[in-house]
Amino acid sequence: MSTQDDKAEAVSGEAVESCKTCKDDGSGGVVFLFFIIGLMISLVFGWVVFPKILYSGKKQPFDFNHVVHNEVVDDGCESCHFFRDDGTYAGVPKLAQCVDCHEEVQGETEDEAIFVRDYVSKNREVPWLIYSKQPDCVFFSHVAHVKTAGMDCVTCHGDIGESTSLKVYEKNIITGYSRDIWGKNMIGLKKNTYDRMKMDDCAECHVKEGVKQSSVQTKKGACFVCHK
Amino acid sequence: MKIDRRSFLSLGIGAGAGIALTPLPWKLADDSSIWTQMWPWTPVPARGEATYVNSACSLCPGSCGISVRKIDERAVKIEGMEGHPVNDGGVCPIGIAGLQLLYGQTRVKTPLKRVGKRGEGKWQKISWDEAISEVSSNLAELRKSGNPQSLACISGSGRYGTVSGLFQRFMTAFGSPNFMSVPSFVDGYSMALKQMHGIDSIPGFDFENSDFILSFGSGIIDGWGAPVRMFKANANMKGKIVQIEPRLSNTAAKADKWIPIKPGTEAALALGLAHVIIKKSLYNKDFISKHSFGFDDMTGTDGKKVKGFKSLVMEKYTPASVARITDTSAEMIEELAVSFAKASSPLAVCGRGKGTAQGSLDEYIAVHALNALLGRVNTKGGVWAVEQPNYISWPYPDMDKIAEKGFASARIDGAGTDEFPLAGQLAHRFVNAVADAGRKEIPVEALLIEGANPLHQFSDTKAVKKAFSKIKFIASFSSYMDDSAQFADIILPNHCYLERYEDIPAPAGLQKPVIGISRPVVAPKYNTLHSGDAIIRIAKALGDKIESSFSWDSYEACLQATFREAWSKLDSVGFLINQKYGAPGWDQFETESKLFEFISSADGAKTGRDKDEIVNIADIEGKGDKKYNLTLISYDSIRLASGSVGNTPFMIKAVADTILKENDIFVEINPKTAKDAGVKEGAKAVLTTPKGSANVRVHLFEGIVPGVIAMPRGLGHTGDDKYLSGKGVNVHDLIGPVEDPASGLDAAWGIRAKLAKA
Ligand code: SF4
Repeated sequence: MSTQDDKAEAVSGEAVESCKTCKDDGSGGVVFLFFIIGLMISLVFGWVVFPKILYSGKKQPFDFNHVVHNEVVDDGCESCHFFRDDGTYAGVPKLAQCVDCHEEVQGETEDEAIFVRDYVSKNREVPWLIYSKQPDCVFFSHVAHVKTAGMDCVTCHGDIGESTSLKVYEKNIITGYSRDIWGKNMIGLKKNTYDRMKMDDCAECHVKEGVKQSSVQTKKGACFVCHK
Repeated sequence: MKIDRRSFLSLGIGAGAGIALTPLPWKLADDSSIWTQMWPWTPVPARGEATYVNSACSLCPGSCGISVRKIDERAVKIEGMEGHPVNDGGVCPIGIAGLQLLYGQTRVKTPLKRVGKRGEGKWQKISWDEAISEVSSNLAELRKSGNPQSLACISGSGRYGTVSGLFQRFMTAFGSPNFMSVPSFVDGYSMALKQMHGIDSIPGFDFENSDFILSFGSGIIDGWGAPVRMFKANANMKGKIVQIEPRLSNTAAKADKWIPIKPGTEAALALGLAHVIIKKSLYNKDFISKHSFGFDDMTGTDGKKVKGFKSLVMEKYTPASVARITDTSAEMIEELAVSFAKASSPLAVCGRGKGTAQGSLDEYIAVHALNALLGRVNTKGGVWAVEQPNYISWPYPDMDKIAEKGFASARIDGAGTDEFPLAGQLAHRFVNAVADAGRKEIPVEALLIEGANPLHQFSDTKAVKKAFSKIKFIASFSSYMDDSAQFADIILPNHCYLERYEDIPAPAGLQKPVIGISRPVVAPKYNTLHSGDAIIRIAKALGDKIESSFSWDSYEACLQATFREAWSKLDSVGFLINQKYGAPGWDQFETESKLFEFISSADGAKTGRDKDEIVNIADIEGKGDKKYNLTLISYDSIRLASGSVGNTPFMIKAVADTILKENDIFVEINPKTAKDAGVKEGAKAVLTTPKGSANVRVHLFEGIVPGVIAMPRGLGHTGDDKYLSGKGVNVHDLIGPVEDPASGLDAAWGIRAKLAKA
C-alpha cells in the first residue's frame, strides 16, 4: 500500500472517532425534515408553479370554429390551408381568402362581429397566434410531407379540424413559441404523434419511415437535412 | 429540537434534489438554447406568397431590367431580369442594394416646407394641396412680373423619357428655355456625332461584335455606359482590351494591356495612332474615299487652301511628339496603332470613368476620327450614331404671349446661342451665371430640381451652393433627403423608383434602341406623389394655357397615351426593342456633304475651332501656378454610386478601407510622389486645389503615374442617412469646371493641386 492510502485510512479513522463523541441531540430528525420540506417545495415549484410561470396564456384575437368551416368547404383542410402553385404552403389564411364570405357579418356571434368590424372593414390582417410555429433555423417543407410522403394533417397538428373553438395560446415566455411545440406534458411524454413537435419527434419519424438521411439540396447528412 | 445551520443546509440540499427531479432544469436549458439561437430581435424574413414583379432600375444610366422578388407585399430581393436586352439576368451591387432606398431611412415621407434657414434642416409637414399651391403661387409671380424665363429646371430623369419630357414641356408652356439635364459624356459624344455625322443621335457601341477595344479611360468594368452589359461584354470578350489611363483602375487591371498616360492627353494619343495608321496606309480606303469628307486637303469656297485631317495629323502628331505630350514611347504608339488597325473589328471608346463628365468635344472628335479612319463607324462591331428615342409625340404646348416672349429669350447657360451652337445645355455655365450675378440681376428666381442632386453631382459645389443661395425659391422633387433637397425651400417627394411607373429609354452606350419601363413593385409606402403627377397638378393650378397643355388626368394616363398600342406590350414584357435595328451603315450621314466629315464642311458653322488645329483642349485650372505641383483627378468605382442617388448602407460597407475608413477618405498617390511630399501610407494630409482644400489620408499605390493624385467620386455627401452623410470628401468640392473652347462643355478632367502633411 502506498503512503497516501495509509493517510487516507488515518483520516477516515479520525472521522469515525469524532462522530463517536458527538451527542445525539435530535437534530438529525430536524435536518431530515428540512430536507423533505426543501424537496417538497421544489417539487411543487418545479411541477406546478414553474409551468404556470413559464407559459403565459394568450388569447387569439377572436374565436374560430373549425367544424363550421369544414362543413362548408369541399376540400377539407386544404380548402383554406392550401399549397400555392409553386409548392409553398400558404399556412394560415389571409384576409383576402376570408372576405369572400365575410364581407358582411355572418351569424350572430361576438367573434364574427369583431372579425368584420376590426379586420375586414379595416382591411387589416388578423394577427393569429400560430400554435405550430417553429424556429426559423429549421427548414420545413409542408409539400414534402403532405404531397410527397402522403401524411395527413392530423399526424402533426392533431384534431384541430374538429375543434369548435380555439384553445388558449400558451406562449413560452423565454422562447416565444407555443407550448404545443414542447408538448403539454412537462417531461415530454407523449401518447399521440401530435402531442409534441420537437426536433426529436421529427427525427423519430424520419428514422421510422426510413427517410433519406441527407439533404436533397445540399447533399449533406445529419443536421443538414433540416438545418440548411 | 434545534434548528441550526445544518437544517437550512439540508433544506437547500432537499430543494436542489427536488428541482433535479422536476422538468425545470431540463426545460430551462432547452428553452434558453432555443432563445440564444433565435434571438427574438433578429429580423426573420416574413413568410408568404413569393411573386416577382418585372421593372427597370433607374439608379444609373444603365437602365437594367430587374425582377423584384416579393413575399406578400414586401419586396425582398432585386434580381436582374432574364432576357432583358441590356443585362439579361445580371445586376450590379448598387442595383441589388436598391431595396435600402425603398425601406431605408432617407425617404422624405410627406411634402415638407422649410421653416428654418436654408439647409438648417427645419421643416414643416404640409399636405399635397398646400405643396402644389405653394409652388404654383410662387411660380405665378414670375409670370405676373413678365419674367417666366427666370424659372430654371435641372432634371436627372432619363433623357427622352416622359418624366423629363413633362418637366421640359412645363418649362416651355410656362415660358422658360432654361431646362437642363444632368451632364454626361453623351453630351459631348452626341455633339461630335452631330458635327461628323450631321444627325442628332446618341452613341452606341457594338462591343459584343468587336475584337479589339481601345478604351481612352472609359471604365468598362467600373460603371461606364450600361454597367451590367459592360461586365458581360468584358467577360465574353474574345479579343483584346487595351486601357489608356493614368491610373490602374479595375478596368486597366483586367485589360490585356494598360497604358499609363499623362492625364488629359488622350486626344493627342488618338491622333498619334491616326498618324501611324495613315503613314502605314492601314486606314480603310473604301470608307475614306467614298464616304468621308475632309480627309485630304481642300480648296475653300474663298479659294484658299484648307488643310485636311491627314495633313494636320501628319504634321503635328508624329509618334515622337505624341510620346512627349503623353509621357509614353514612340515605339508603343507605333505598335499599338498597327495592332489596332490590323484587328478585324477594332473599336475605340472614350468618356472617362463612368462617363459622368461632359468632357472636351475635341477628344470625342479625335477618338471618333480614329474609329472612322478604320471605317469603324455605323458598322458591325463599331460605334453607331443611334437614333434618339422619339416616341413622345405630344402636340406642341400651347403658349400665351408671356410664355412665347420668355421662351424666346436666350438660355442662361448660352447653349444653342451663336457662341455655342451645338450645345444643348451647359450646366456649369448656368451655375456660374447665377453665382456671379450681381444682386439686382440674378437671372434665376426659381428652380425645380427633379431626379438630380446638383449640390453633389455638379463640379465646384461651392459655386453651386453660392448660385443656389441666390435663387429665391427652390423646389425639390427628390424621394430622399439628399444634399440638394436639404437646401430646398419645399420638397415634393416623388415615389421611390420601386413604387412608380416610368419609361426608361436609351440605356447609355447601347447600340440598339431599347425602352425599359419601371413598374411599381410595391404600393407607395408614404405620402408621396409621382413627380409626373406633381408637375401636371402644378400646371393645372397655374391655369391659363399652361393648364391646357397638360390635359392628362394623371401621369399614368399620360404614359399610356404616349405609348398608345405599344403600352400593353411594354407593361407586360418590361421593355420594347427594335430587334431589326442594325448598324446604320455608311449612307446615313446628314452633313452638308452627306458624307462623314473629318473637318466640317458647313460654312459659317462657328464651332470656335482654330482651323489649323484638330484638337484644342483647354488647360485644367491652376496650370502654370507654381503653388500646385501635382494634378488631382477623380476616379469611379462600381462600388460607389455617383449619380443622383448615393451609396446605400450595404454599399458603403462594400467600399474598401483603402478608399474610405470610417469618415476618412483616402487619395491614391504614387510612392515616389509620397516620398517627395514626405507622407507615408495612411498619413493624414491636406489636399488643396484652386477650388478649396480638404483633409484626406494617403494611400500609396504603384498603379498611378507619379505627380497625380486620384480621389474617388461619390463620397462626401451632406444629405441622406448617417451611413453616407459626412463620409469622405466630395471630389466636386475640389474640382471646378473648365470651359471647352470648341463647345462650351465642361472639359475638366482634373485640377492642379498640392498635398501637405496635416
Ligand atoms: S447597372 Fe445601373 S441600372 Fe443596372 S442595376 Fe446597376 S445601378 Fe441599376
